[in-house]
Amino acid sequence: MSAPTYDLGTLHGGLRLPANKAASTSQPIFEAPIPKQLMLPITQHVGDPAQPVVGIGEHVLKGQLIAEPGQSLGAPIHASSSGTVIAIEAWPVSRRNGDNAPCIVIECDGKDEAIRSSDKQVDFTSLAPAELLSEILKGGIVGLGGAVFPTAQKLMQARTCEIDHLLLNGVECESYISCDDMLMRERAGEIVSGAQILMHALQISVCFIAIESDKPDAIRAIGDVLGEIQDDRIVLKQVPTIYPSGGEDQLVQLVTNREVPSGGLPSDVGCLVQNVGTAAAIHDWIINDEPLISRVTTVTGDGVVNPINVRARVGTTIADLVALAGGYTESAKQLIVGGPMTGKSITTDRVPLVKATNCILVSGETPDPGPEMPCIRCGDCASVCPVQLLPQQLFWYARADNEVKLREFGLMDCIECGCCDLVCPSHIPLTADFCVAKGRIQELEDEKARAVRARQRFEARNDRLERDKEQRDTELSQQKESAKQAGPSAIAEILRRKKLEKKDKD
Amino acid sequence: MEFPRREAPYISPEVSVQSLMLQVLAALVPAAMAHVWFFGPGFILNLLVAAVFAAAAESLMLSLRSRKPETGLTDYSALVTAALLAFALPSLTPWWVTATGALFAIIVAKHLYGGLGFNIFNPAMAGYVVILVAFPMHLNLWVAPRMGDLDYQQLTILQTLYFTLTGALPDGIAFDAISRATPLDVMKSGLNNAKTAAEIRAIPIMGDFGGRGWEWIGNFLAIGGFWLMIKKIIRWQIPVGVGLGLLIPATIMYMIDPGSQASPGFHLFGGATILCAFFIATDPVSAATSPKGRLIYGIGIGVLIFCIRRWGSYADGVAFAVLLMNMTVPAIDYFTRPHIIGHADKGSRHG
Repeated sequence: MSAPTYDLGTLHGGLRLPANKAASTSQPIFEAPIPKQLMLPITQHVGDPAQPVVGIGEHVLKGQLIAEPGQSLGAPIHASSSGTVIAIEAWPVSRRNGDNAPCIVIECDGKDEAIRSSDKQVDFTSLAPAELLSEILKGGIVGLGGAVFPTAQKLMQARTCEIDHLLLNGVECESYISCDDMLMRERAGEIVSGAQILMHALQISVCFIAIESDKPDAIRAIGDVLGEIQDDRIVLKQVPTIYPSGGEDQLVQLVTNREVPSGGLPSDVGCLVQNVGTAAAIHDWIINDEPLISRVTTVTGDGVVNPINVRARVGTTIADLVALAGGYTESAKQLIVGGPMTGKSITTDRVPLVKATNCILVSGETPDPGPEMPCIRCGDCASVCPVQLLPQQLFWYARADNEVKLREFGLMDCIECGCCDLVCPSHIPLTADFCVAKGRIQELEDEKARAVRARQRFEARNDRLERDKEQRDTELSQQKESAKQAGPSAIAEILRRKKLEKKDKD
Repeated sequence: MEFPRREAPYISPEVSVQSLMLQVLAALVPAAMAHVWFFGPGFILNLLVAAVFAAAAESLMLSLRSRKPETGLTDYSALVTAALLAFALPSLTPWWVTATGALFAIIVAKHLYGGLGFNIFNPAMAGYVVILVAFPMHLNLWVAPRMGDLDYQQLTILQTLYFTLTGALPDGIAFDAISRATPLDVMKSGLNNAKTAAEIRAIPIMGDFGGRGWEWIGNFLAIGGFWLMIKKIIRWQIPVGVGLGLLIPATIMYMIDPGSQASPGFHLFGGATILCAFFIATDPVSAATSPKGRLIYGIGIGVLIFCIRRWGSYADGVAFAVLLMNMTVPAIDYFTRPHIIGHADKGSRHG
């Protein structure tokens, strides 16, 4: 076993949150049964919606392509089990904007019959990186840490930069969420294999697998695999247990001591970050020929009887998964997709599990912190901000709608981790205020762009009218000139012709 | 099953303005008890008068500003202002003097600037300065501290109440019998009269460091202050800054000429230095907010205290030092903004 090394960089601020992970990690990952129906949203990734390539009534096999990636950014979607497509219709989903989205609905036949492609190349090292990338694209693989950015496109973008570090993110710093922890414990080999595939695709030779120090079992499991395979390109890094060390930019800073530039990407400082789950999914696709049709998710919180981690097919409803966890308890008051800091509250459990769903948190009512008080400038928000912003100043400028100052004080660099909310003695909803302010700035920018376009159109039209008028004037004066030269008979002739033209028109 | 929609985060903050203020008040309790022990029950009366007028002013201003008075009163910030003012006043202070300070602190220094969170100046110190200007003679009437080997006459609670209500001592008691110049006054006038520091120090009221009684109140204030630091209600930068700002010039001057300078220990434990370092300068609303800014702010206060004590005409300089540094806070905050991660403003750390 290779000895784990400690972090190089440091993270400013952050919070030590109660882990609340013991309940969901007390038993192995549970395999969810095939549900009766699968609801597969065509938007499970950042980018354009996928385009369905199956018709209603069509029989599909497990792993069959059912929706192709959209025009620019996107990922394909595969059937999670065999069955019949019975509808393509709007269905509630857990997305940030709007409640319903088009879903491909499959009635499962229970046979779970898989499609097999015959010409699949198993030895990835014989593939050129570009070929490997186009293979990864076909697997429908997206970032499983929650951002669901299409992995192939992320890798392609990274290939245009000088990348020297691959970071596998096994930090999982939010409370309650433990799906990556369990995956590392149970499928460490697949994760490391995925890392090797990624390194080949990127043609780089340094990979750090970063794990939070409060996950000794995961650290041991990954360490054992690394000890066995003797691949000294891959190094295990322990990072301190502090929220939000698992944020992409924060992890880069912790592990490599490099700062991702404002508005930039980790690839700008030579890093590519992938979630450990994504690495395992890449292994499953490239080695085992199984596209991304299932994922591990944590079903937990006071609101479920028996918190578990469950490996379920994408498209299974959250209600089914809660039932697997023993159903709701009496204290179930809120349904949250994601963790308690950055998760999204949803109104119904009919929504399907999607590629992004890392946690289903059923919690009691958030205790009322009491009324919002004036900011007393205690600065605790600034001391916990991982980006070193000054939330107390941003708050003033946000309420005053001062766009210039908001930008100067780094509003756009806010990662919305919610740390400032949790330490604010005045109970000011800072993160929510900052989200609104960001939205307004974005709107303002869009408006400016529209105004510029409108002005350009207006000016072009004026120019055109000006040109037309000039042209008419010169033509008219030419005609007048030639008529004068030709004498009265010619003028009479012209007038007669004009009359005729007019008659024709009528 | 259906659920309501809520906004993240789904965890509530455990701290509140109320609990912060209550803990600040709790941290003052040991020193308050010491104050009563050494200087008699006048402190309690001053505190009562200040609290009643501060609370009344707070409710009045909040209702004039169409806010709910109960939210403002239950944050206990007015009570903290009243307590700090009571610590700054001699134990024998007529009620109208205390009331003037409390009313000015809350009405002018706090609410005319927008209330809690918006005041530029520390309300308690603004109130104190108004008293210093309007009733200078009342701030010189410090009763002698209770010490076994000093001849003193301790007033009863009724006698103290009589003075607080009327501003006069009961028949048969003379000011000269009960009052003493404060150690800072003794030091100042002593040095002005060409006595050496060592001679002055030999006067019994000067105590070990900062004066009999005073130094003990200082010790208890420091204990409360450290407790607040452990609870992370105040950060170390301002207390350390005040200490450094005062001790560095005091030490240099003392080393150059120990005969005509008060010792650094006297500066630290005398007067209101400890109260200022832990409880007055640390008022978050009127202090700088960044860690570096707080250190600068604290050092500024310390240096100003030293300058006023050494060269000014007032014996102590805490109130003026704090108010002067309050004025510099916007500039300090602006120039000590931390480096935003990912911004290239302070040199790239990429490597």
